[in-house]
Amino acid sequence: MTLNESLPLIIVASSLVPGLIIFFLAEHQATARTILNMFGAVLKMALILAVYYGILRGNEYEFRYDIGVDLEFVLRVDLLSLLFAILSSILWLVTTVYAIGYLEGSPFRRRFFGFFSICVTASTGIALSGNIVTFFIFYEFLTLATYPLVVHRGTEKALQAGRTYLWYTIGGGTVLFVGVVWLFVLGGSMEFDRTGVLAGLAEDHSRQLRILFWVLIAGLGVKAALVPLHGWLPIAMVAPAPVSALLHAVAVVKAGAFGIVRLVYDVYGIELADALGLLTPLAVIATVTIIYGSMRALAQDDLKRRLAYSTVSQLSYIALGTAIVGVTASTGALAHLVHQGVMKITLFFCAGNIAETLGVHKVSELNGVGRRMPVTMAAFTIAAFGMIGLPPVAGFVSKWYLGLGALEVGSAWIVAVLLASSALNASYFLPIVYAAWFREPDGEWKTYRTARYLETPWMLLGPTVATAVLSLAIGLFAVTQWSPLEMARQIAEELYSK
Amino acid sequence: MNAAASSALLAVLIAAPVTGALIAFLLPVRLRATAGILTAAATTAATAATAWRVAADGAHRHALGGWGAPLGIDLYADGLSCVFLLMTGIVGLFVSVYAKPFFAQPEENKGATELFWPLWLILWASLNGMFLSADLFNLYVMLEVMGLSAVALAVLSGRPPALVAGLRYLLAAIAGSMAYLMGVAMIYGAVSALDLQIVAAGIEQGRSFRVAFSLILVGLLVKTAVFPLHFWLPGAHSTAQAPVSAILSALVVKASFYLILRLWVDVFDGSVTVAAGQALGALGAAAIIWGSYQALRQRRLKLMVAHSTVGQIGYMFLLFPLITVVYQDVAEAPWLAHAWTGGVYQAIAHGFAKAAMFLAVGVFAMAVGSDDRDSTVGLVGQLPMTTFALALAGVSLIGLPPSGGFVAKWMLLKAAFTSGQWWWAPVILLGSFLTAGYVFMVLRQAFAPTSHKIKLKPVPRTMEVTALVLGAAAIIIGFRAEEFLLLLDVEAAFQEPVEPHRANDR
Repeated sequence: MTLNESLPLIIVASSLVPGLIIFFLAEHQATARTILNMFGAVLKMALILAVYYGILRGNEYEFRYDIGVDLEFVLRVDLLSLLFAILSSILWLVTTVYAIGYLEGSPFRRRFFGFFSICVTASTGIALSGNIVTFFIFYEFLTLATYPLVVHRGTEKALQAGRTYLWYTIGGGTVLFVGVVWLFVLGGSMEFDRTGVLAGLAEDHSRQLRILFWVLIAGLGVKAALVPLHGWLPIAMVAPAPVSALLHAVAVVKAGAFGIVRLVYDVYGIELADALGLLTPLAVIATVTIIYGSMRALAQDDLKRRLAYSTVSQLSYIALGTAIVGVTASTGALAHLVHQGVMKITLFFCAGNIAETLGVHKVSELNGVGRRMPVTMAAFTIAAFGMIGLPPVAGFVSKWYLGLGALEVGSAWIVAVLLASSALNASYFLPIVYAAWFREPDGEWKTYRTARYLETPWMLLGPTVATAVLSLAIGLFAVTQWSPLEMARQIAEELYSK
Repeated sequence: MNAAASSALLAVLIAAPVTGALIAFLLPVRLRATAGILTAAATTAATAATAWRVAADGAHRHALGGWGAPLGIDLYADGLSCVFLLMTGIVGLFVSVYAKPFFAQPEENKGATELFWPLWLILWASLNGMFLSADLFNLYVMLEVMGLSAVALAVLSGRPPALVAGLRYLLAAIAGSMAYLMGVAMIYGAVSALDLQIVAAGIEQGRSFRVAFSLILVGLLVKTAVFPLHFWLPGAHSTAQAPVSAILSALVVKASFYLILRLWVDVFDGSVTVAAGQALGALGAAAIIWGSYQALRQRRLKLMVAHSTVGQIGYMFLLFPLITVVYQDVAEAPWLAHAWTGGVYQAIAHGFAKAAMFLAVGVFAMAVGSDDRDSTVGLVGQLPMTTFALALAGVSLIGLPPSGGFVAKWMLLKAAFTSGQWWWAPVILLGSFLTAGYVFMVLRQAFAPTSHKIKLKPVPRTMEVTALVLGAAAIIIGFRAEEFLLLLDVEAAFQEPVEPHRANDR
């Protein structure tokens, strides 16, 4: 096996192996655990960047392994997988630092970090999957790896949430299983780089292909939190902040969204999906989700729940962009995959900081918090502006492209939806920002965590600032060569030039 | 190794555990476990060697004493036998390793447990005998030995519930063997032969053969505990002691399943009908739903795992409707290979997973002193390895990737779609869903918080490790099906049509 063949495998293993070793460490060996974790996270990022460099130079990275009969395990790197892999490796690194600070001194950290690494393994695997079977394997693997994280606190509420989470994801997985086998029966292993297999079947089997599409969307839609399959997401909020952060930014919900992108672009192919008339209903579902999520977010007083509903809404921009034909809209969708991740993780870090430092969980208790925790609230403000879509934060860029793309195909109603959604975003984020900076605090702040010079320990503050700066930077420098937007554009152009 | 020596290995597979059993019986009680484990290791090694030879040189036939059929008794090993032999060897070895510290615990070492080793090794010999016999009467003998030693093992503890369940088990086992024997007698009367190959060649279409085969089939269905003939299984499997439960659930029911499969494709392939295949599939489907649903309702862990066996056995029977179809040419039925491997894979994956699950539950029960579902609250903190073993086994039972159970369900589902028998698909999925329900119910308890630190009885580490190894095996076979399939392919019967009638030449 050459290096180029084994690299995708090594990338996946770079978080799996540390994760497995962590299970065998003793609970108190925190230093060893930290070193392992950081080593894995840094190694993964370095390898992914190296592969990115190689891809730009025209190298190919593919790992194949025959499971038996016609089941083949394939890891392949293309630009789309890199986009997701880079996102997850960077955010894993940041979240690991955050989690180490967040969980300091709490019990069962071994279990937490073990499953945390395995969860990242699953999402990297999803990114690098080269065919539909491999994708499905990692997709289900992710469910298993995240369950212990959701119930980590072990409270009755957490267990209840875990149960809801499982019913939804196992149900979705089962439906997806049917879809994947059906797909397999129709068109073979569905290698993602060989789009067009299904196009040949379109004439004879168009009805079957249509039904199959919705079966697959139903399976993927659970993790992508499409209404009405989103019910688990706000409930899964009881998980510790780093878990929510990772779940909402890269792991679970992105797996679903990424799956939808793969399904439309690389399994059906955008032309076939369009020809079968699948895209407009998908766009409608996405817009309903966008509006519904925002409406529900408005009504939430619990900060994390508000963020959760905001995720439901923001995530569907990706599905929406995928459902619009055209380079611009696709660019917007793919860029939003990254942008939403970076901004949302910032918001969850902030919510975690406030909860950990001041014990505040409710939106109504945030009056004046900006004076007590200015850095955290500054980060929150940046990310919230991004979510609303104010320039120059990243969220503006993706919404701009989505809007342009919609206009290109003459779907003005989508622009109206985008504007309405922005207005709703503003109305649930701006009051927080306003209250935090301009209202008088209600009373003395309680303090649960202290740091000598900072408002909260640096391990919590550092990641927050880093992702906030990143969400500003990828917006500001969106047109430079190395931005996610540029990468998204390349992918989109390649897609339509096929 | 020359051909004669390697075919003599087949005899060793039966002789070794029998010898071990005799030695264990004669040795003082304290030395029995060691002798038992050594025998287990030797038998497993011989099994591996046999599988290796069969994979390399093709099927082996060994005439005991050099007589040969129809006068003497033949042993026969092809890919199908080897796959079952190997599973028995691996599960048997690790269960043996688990059993030694298990029976060393004072509270488990009651009743007649000193007889565990001789009985278990005899049972093992009869299992191997089932997989190797090429003769209907010899199979009957093995079936009887297997049934009796299994019942004896089930009641070793001497506890009243075990005795009650054991009696039921005994009656079911005897009724099953009787039906089988009557069928065999009818066949002997008609073709004057017992060797499978000769019988297969001599079978004609006709009512008497149908009746004979029906008797045999019903007898074996009772022994395999297929719905609705499963009434004896939950009691017997759940009241036995942990290593015994593992043996009964993982291995014993597989042997009679193997025999059904063997007879179906190799001997009675001309007499079976599409309707019969569908009927077996329907029983399997009912078993999947009923067994899994019952498992979900149980509050005692061992009962839950035992009911889960009923459900999982159902999956194996979906193989029959999928391979029993009318077609002219194999190329028209590309799903046959999938159905065949899916069904067998299910048997193997379930063997590993169920053994792991019973062993893990045994560890829980030993640590807490009860196998009530609620008593496992918060065990993950103190018994992480066993919780993990249980989770791995559960993943395979549910059929989540990557695991043996996933490969099995994938292939069955695919065969169901390709063959147009899509009606099995919802059953397969509903079963997975219910299985997920009970597996996660246990895991949820294990992860639940505890207000107080529970005082656990220490459990020997070996027991924890063996459960984990078997759980891992259920997952690992999901990563590498290729060798397994190559082995299964040796002289595979599915390469030729099951229906309509074919000239048999094995």
